[in-house]
Formats: sequence, C-alpha cells, structure tokens
Amino acid sequence: MKSTRPMPADKTYIQQRTTTTLSSALWALLKRDLTIAYRHFGELMHPVIFFLIAVSLFPLAINPDPMFLQKIASGIIWVAALLSTMLALDNLFRSDYEDGTLEQLMLTSHPITVLILAKVATHWLVTGLPLIITAPLLGLMLNLPDSAYLALFISLSLGTPTMSLIGGIGVALTVGIRRSGILLTLVVMPLFIPVLIFGTSAVEAASVQLPFSGQLYLLCAMLIFSLSLAPLAIATSLRISLN
Amino acid sequence: MSSQKKTTGRSWTWFHRFGSPEYFYRFAERWGPRSAVVTLLLFLTGLYWGLVIAPPDYQMGNSYRIIFIHVPAAWMSMFTYVIMAVAAGTGLIWRMKMGHIVAKASAPLGAAFTFCALVTGSLWGKPTWGTYWVWDARLTSELVLLFLYFGYIALANAIEDQKSANQAAGVLALVGLINLPIIHYSVEWWNTLHQGSTVSKLGRPSIDTRMLIPLLIMFAAFNFYYVTTLFNRVRCELVDQERRTKWVKELI
Repeated sequence: MKSTRPMPADKTYIQQRTTTTLSSALWALLKRDLTIAYRHFGELMHPVIFFLIAVSLFPLAINPDPMFLQKIASGIIWVAALLSTMLALDNLFRSDYEDGTLEQLMLTSHPITVLILAKVATHWLVTGLPLIITAPLLGLMLNLPDSAYLALFISLSLGTPTMSLIGGIGVALTVGIRRSGILLTLVVMPLFIPVLIFGTSAVEAASVQLPFSGQLYLLCAMLIFSLSLAPLAIATSLRISLN
Repeated sequence: MSSQKKTTGRSWTWFHRFGSPEYFYRFAERWGPRSAVVTLLLFLTGLYWGLVIAPPDYQMGNSYRIIFIHVPAAWMSMFTYVIMAVAAGTGLIWRMKMGHIVAKASAPLGAAFTFCALVTGSLWGKPTWGTYWVWDARLTSELVLLFLYFGYIALANAIEDQKSANQAAGVLALVGLINLPIIHYSVEWWNTLHQGSTVSKLGRPSIDTRMLIPLLIMFAAFNFYYVTTLFNRVRCELVDQERRTKWVKELI
C-alpha cells in the first residue's frame, strides 16, 4: 500500500487494486501455512505423539491381552484420533488471530469462505494426515485384524477432515477468548459424536468381515455436508469474534 | 415509552413490540406472576391426579407414576432447545437483542429439564429394566443434548463482550440444532448396530385415558413452568445487559 490517504471503498478502486486472482491467493495462503507449519516441525509432531501416547495408555490401564485388545482396538484408535484432532484444533486460527493476519484475510476481496476452506485444508494436511499415516502402526500394536486396515484408513480419511471442519466452527467461536482450551472441547466434542460412531462402527464391522460400506457412505455424506456448510458458519463466527 | 401507540389493522405489529427490551420487561413483569399461579394450579392438579387418582399399571404397578415427571421433562428438554435455537436465529438474522436474551435465558432451563429427564429416567429404569443406566439410544441422545446445553452455557458465559457473547452462542445454538437430528439418528443406528434388540421399553400399550389426562395436565404444567421461569430469567438478564439504558436506571 503506497497511498497514505485512506481511499474510498469504491468498487472500481477495489477492482483495480486486486490484481491477484482467487487461485493465486489460495495458493499463496496454502504455501504460507505449509511453510509456517514446516518451520515449526516439532510442533507438527505433537498431535502424532499425543496419538501414540494416548493409545498406548489403554493396554496399560485395561488389559494387555491381544484377544481383548483386538475387540476394542477400533474404538481406542478412533477416540485417540478424535482427541488428538481436537487438541490440534486450537492452532487453526490462534496465531493468525494474534498477529492480525486473520483480519487482513477478512478484508481481502476474495470470498472468505473459500479462504477458510483453504486454511482448514492446510490444517488438516499438517494434523489430520499424520494421524492417518500413524494409525496402521497403532492398529498393529493393538492387534487389529488384517481385514480392518482398509476400513480404518478410509474412515479416518473421511472422518478427520469432517472433524477439522466442524471443529473449525468451535475454534472460530472461541478464538477471542484467552484460555479457551477446555471450553473448545466442551463446545466441539458433542458435535463429533456422529463421526465417532460411524468411524468406529465401520472399523468394527470390517474386523469381523462384515460389509462396512454403509458407514463409509454416511461418513462421506457428513464430510460433504460439513464441507458445504461449515465454511459459512466459520466465516460468521470469525466475523463475530473479530468484531 | 411509546409502546402504547395505537396499532390497528396491522397484525404483525404486536410481534415487533416484543423486540423492545422495555416492552418485553413490562410484559414479563405483568404476566409472570399470573403464569406462576397457573403453573402451581396445574402442578397440583396434575400431580394429585397422576399420583393418587390414576390407576396403577398392570405390569409396572405404581413405579410407572414417574412418567408424569419423566415424559414432560424429556419433551421439554428438546422443545426448549428448539425455542433456544429459533430465538438465537431471530437474534442473529434480524439483530433483535431480545432473541439472544430469550435464548440465553432458556439454556439453563433446558439443561435442567434434560437433567431431570435423565435422573427420573434412571430411577424408573431401576425397577423396570433392573439397572440405572443402559446405553439405550434415547438415553444416549438425551445425554448428548445435555452436553450441547453445557457447551452453549459455557460459551455464552466465557466471552466478555456481551454482544459478541450473544452472537457466538447464537451461532453455536444453530449449529447444534442442525446437528441434533444427525446425532439422534446416528445414536439410534449405533445402538441397533451394536446389540440388536435391547432391553428397551417393555411393549408399552397405548396409554389409558385415565393416565393420559393427568399426563397432558403435567405437560401443560411444565410448559407454564417454563414460561414463568423464562420471564423471570429474561427480566434479570435484561436488567443486567441493559443496565446502562435510561429505562433500567429509572426502574431501579
């Protein structure tokens, strides 16, 4: 910005100023977020490490018997993935909120819902994807039957982005609050329940070699539903929080 | 101030007047005590009829009588959530402050109804199912409803700026309203997937008229109780949120 004088919010003026197209803006945002995530590589590993630790608590606390673990493996992995996603959510808008980037994003002429979608997508890439990659390892530790791995992979691939999107609403609502850790959990956790139910039920069905496509279809429906509606809710919530 | 304006011919103007905090306060002040009297009468009749006059159930004996608290409470728990979300939506869409205030005042009531339904349900479950708690679909979705209320209350109280708090909580109420049917059906499906047919509901015969009438009276009583308490809570909330306005200063 060269001009020192505030220019009128004239439409032609805005159109002249916005030389970036939407796709280049999205690409820039994606690259920026990924770079930031990569520069904080240690932080990047936190959700995965949490995932590992949380899962390994269950055999210690309940019963290390392989046959027993096999029965509850799907539930443990899914609950741990849910908790890990939720803890990672806090970073989604926090730093951008604190350094003012979020306000700048809201001021661009690009549709904010699309930008939000890009932000959630990058966030999922750096927090959700590592979970999906680690999950088979944990399945191995919990003696998950071979037939369940495919269902585990697909259900987590559909479920974690859904949770990121729904959770994004909670983050956007609480981003203005200083210590929002537990509050975010309170707000968001009940909304995760359907995803958890169908995720575990798909893996469970697969581990006893039952068809599991029904659950996956439902997970898919939830993903599409949240893909279309969550960005709107996140945008509204961010506007309220920035206010 | 000028709420006494003559409004003839326009049928919706009465509705707009409720958007004025002062008008709503006066209205609640006037009708709250009357509603309280009706509530008391309905409760006394309903409880006496239900607990004394209505015949015992042929299967469950007298233990079924908790139905007169349990079913209205469970119904009110969901009804209150819908009212809360609709009020919050009104507040968000038309920027009516009253909508937010009604929503915020409803939330603790709804949570109380849900809690009441859960407690009476588990007390009823002991003699009929033999256990205080089963992971039955209805019980579980009622529990999740309680969590949704807790989330709403927590959020509404956590944000310091009153306006942002109202709006943020309103968004959450709407998101919860969209999610409620999804949660309900997924829980129902989960239950049937897991355990086939559960211990649920001893084939309940369609209810006898002698039991239905007191049940309906109890429904009315719970509704009036909700209205009475809502009016009181709204008045407190109004005085708190509008404390800087002239009419509140004149009031106190």
